[in-house]
Amino acid sequence: MRRSAPRGLSLAALACTALLAACATTGQDSPPSADGSSSEDDAKILPTGLDYAANPDPYPSTYRGLPRENFAIVGGTVYDGAGRRFENGVVIVTDGKVASVGDASTAVPAGYRTVNAEGRYVTPGVIDVHSHLGVYPSPGVTGMSDGNEATSPNTAQVWAEHSLWPQDPGFNTARAGGVTTLQILPGSANLFGGRGVTVRNIPSVTMQGMKMPGAPYGLKMACGENPSRVYGGRNQSPATGMGNMAGYRAAFIAARDYKDKWDKWRETGEGTPPTRNLQNETLAGVLDGTILIQNHCYRADEMAMMIDLSKEFGYRITAFHHAIEAYKLAPQLAREGICADMWTGWWGFKMEALDAVEANAALVDAPEGSCAVIHSDDAELTQRLNQEAAAAVAAGRRIGMNIPEEHAISWITLNPARSLGIADQTGSLEAGKRADVVIWSASPFSVYARADQVFIDGGLAFDRMNPAYQPVSDFELGQPGFGLSAANVPQGAR
Amino acid sequence: MRFKSLILGAALAALALPAAAQELTAITGGKILTGTSVIENGTVVIQNGRVVAVGVMAPPATARIIDATGKVVSPGFVAVDSGLGASEISSVGGSDDLRNSANSISASFDVSYGLDPWSFTLPVARLGGITRAVVVPAHPGGGGGGHAHDDSDFAGISDGFQSPSLFAGQAAIIHLAQGNDILVKPRVAMVAPFGEAGAGVAGGARGAEFVQFKETLAEVRLYARNKAAYDRAGLRDLSLSRADLEALIPVANGEMPLIVTVRRAADIQQVLRLAREEGVKIILDGVEEGWLVADQIAAANVPVLLNPISNLPGNLETRAARMENAAALQAAGVVIAIKGNEGSIHRARETRYNAGNAVSHGLPYAAAIEAITVNPAKIFGMAGQVGELRAGAAADVVVWSGDPLEPLSIAEHIWINGQEQAPTSRQFLLRDRYKDGGEGAMPPAYTR
Repeated sequence: MRRSAPRGLSLAALACTALLAACATTGQDSPPSADGSSSEDDAKILPTGLDYAANPDPYPSTYRGLPRENFAIVGGTVYDGAGRRFENGVVIVTDGKVASVGDASTAVPAGYRTVNAEGRYVTPGVIDVHSHLGVYPSPGVTGMSDGNEATSPNTAQVWAEHSLWPQDPGFNTARAGGVTTLQILPGSANLFGGRGVTVRNIPSVTMQGMKMPGAPYGLKMACGENPSRVYGGRNQSPATGMGNMAGYRAAFIAARDYKDKWDKWRETGEGTPPTRNLQNETLAGVLDGTILIQNHCYRADEMAMMIDLSKEFGYRITAFHHAIEAYKLAPQLAREGICADMWTGWWGFKMEALDAVEANAALVDAPEGSCAVIHSDDAELTQRLNQEAAAAVAAGRRIGMNIPEEHAISWITLNPARSLGIADQTGSLEAGKRADVVIWSASPFSVYARADQVFIDGGLAFDRMNPAYQPVSDFELGQPGFGLSAANVPQGAR
Repeated sequence: MRFKSLILGAALAALALPAAAQELTAITGGKILTGTSVIENGTVVIQNGRVVAVGVMAPPATARIIDATGKVVSPGFVAVDSGLGASEISSVGGSDDLRNSANSISASFDVSYGLDPWSFTLPVARLGGITRAVVVPAHPGGGGGGHAHDDSDFAGISDGFQSPSLFAGQAAIIHLAQGNDILVKPRVAMVAPFGEAGAGVAGGARGAEFVQFKETLAEVRLYARNKAAYDRAGLRDLSLSRADLEALIPVANGEMPLIVTVRRAADIQQVLRLAREEGVKIILDGVEEGWLVADQIAAANVPVLLNPISNLPGNLETRAARMENAAALQAAGVVIAIKGNEGSIHRARETRYNAGNAVSHGLPYAAAIEAITVNPAKIFGMAGQVGELRAGAAADVVVWSGDPLEPLSIAEHIWINGQEQAPTSRQFLLRDRYKDGGEGAMPPAYTR
């Protein structure tokens, strides 16, 4: 924790915020504050809702995994997401967690169901760090476009989870493409677009039922053309790149001031407590490191500026999204420990997307300590992040780079988990992590590969061969074509 | 001196290209996808810009030999519903010659005048195996599939465009060879949006659009019969400009095909009936719900341009969208052509992946190859001339490192009209400038 961790908010409660899994899944209440200051805190109880620290998780996850059993996947080629490859590998799943991964000699415990993956490929679940499913859902019609609070350059106070429509059929098609975890972000009209939320890709009636326990929030920031075009077009600031920078700086000055007022009040209990302000509250979370910066930023020169900005105000950038020019700064990004979240094939739709290269991910990946991620921003592309990664592998190999598939799979598994601050929980098939697993019909780097089975926390969430595991959302029920099959494939596979 | 030698170099290159196209070249040992068949360990011989021979044979003794052993040889792919060569940066209006909003120039809008042989989109598409494209005017509801993403919404492109008329204008066929002329054939088809987008143009309701369409064709026919009266103002007022009326005569006559963007099954049925009643030759485009009425489309002998990865209801007229649409239509006997993504300009190179995804969702592999080669050629009146490796066809040939539908495969050699194309693009120049990290003593700008 940084020096300015609010005192009245106990360390235990902070830990709970950062790692809700521990609290939510074990059902333990937060212990009384660890620093023995509870009597002091009691004296400072504010009316309900006016103290962030009194309820730091007001829209808590109600996620429960799907029914699960202990099982072992045997006989397939396993890419564990962390760089290892096992021919004829074994993945043991116990109580929804990866128990062990190894070669054919790995013993399968008695009583475990065995899934034969002979001739197939086994990888961690795919993670999409940049999705608008649920907030820009299908159908994208009037009344359903809830992704951009394009009313002010700073809307750090809005939370994407409050717009998320869980019935978006795109969640089902993403899952059929192997996607088990997604970060749902607000749009990029604003300098500060609002908080993103990380969700588990299981069908649910509520957002809370999908919300990933323990995943940190992200704050969407946007560089470049979008904010200046949207607000410049309304004859207000920002209208330029320099206006963008002035807007970020003013916001962080206000947030630092806000945070210091709260910190001081918690420490001394003197004077009137500050009035809660949701916008600054989110930015203060960025300053204390509990909320991760997810920064839409195309151009290298702007990324360098954002890095300096982060140092000016004492926060860390977790990832640049749509990082079209990340390859121009690849060594620096690796040194700074910033992930670059990229497409392979998209370019040319606006000036800041002009300098795209297909080898972007391969070049970003090359330096030691790098974090190359393939992302979608799109309900269709999210279904094929494996193919988008494959095209980047080909572009790298074209210039002689050695990129094994078992390494490149990390671009859509472990690295996105790092980009979301959840790599301790998922993203690779390593002992103790959530058993998010995809069994592919062929190498995931082949266009012909289909996700045959998708497991989330060890529960079977999708099975291409079994209609009982091909969920359809409420929206899809009874729509044109429902219940019919196209080319002998029923509705559920869409 | 440097400047002078550059000019000289360019002049030499310009002279060299046609000469190279004359060269007798044999591509040997590869697996040949001719467009309609597969030849293992075959040879493709090209000369004077044309395919001379294809088969299992010894190469001519005097030929330059390209060893394609272990490789796959295919015809260049034909992009349909594309914007290649007529739009550089989608959000930069001045560089986009696909969008037209003039009231008096709708059907008569001719994209061929806006083509730019020096467009940097062309080498990128070429590296994806695209050697020909059918360039269409932007049209409401168009865009060649691909979900509109957050950022293209902000760039003001994609589905937001509304043309002022029922007709978006006329398409052209181009080739993608380096040089100073890419136009193959102008005015090959007329484009008209139907469904929600077309209804929007007509005032909001589909019923208005169909009536307006029939009325427009009636006016075109009236005009065609009475041009002299029209010229001396002896004809009642017509709703379209003279230029638009002229442009629509071949459509009304059933000579120029009308590309109809239509998605909902109910609309497809209506459009098929309209075409039959009016004697208009149509090509369906989009057709996400086509699988529901596949037999009717097949019975009408109407071809379809589609994007097989459009499987989500972007709006309420595509609620039955499915990945299996391509397979179902093909199985019913419909001639299909597979599109690239997002207007098939910058992402035209993804056409081959779209074909691969259709295969993984039930389309036979041979049919997928046809859908990006011989079928688009056939649909646009160029059967046997392009999109196929057969004697007499244009020598548009690509040697692939592997299966061309796989993202892991790359195009290693590309010929268009027999000219071998340099395997480079602006993107490759950028890549090479930064591939070693870009942190040398001299700034990257000194590298080219």
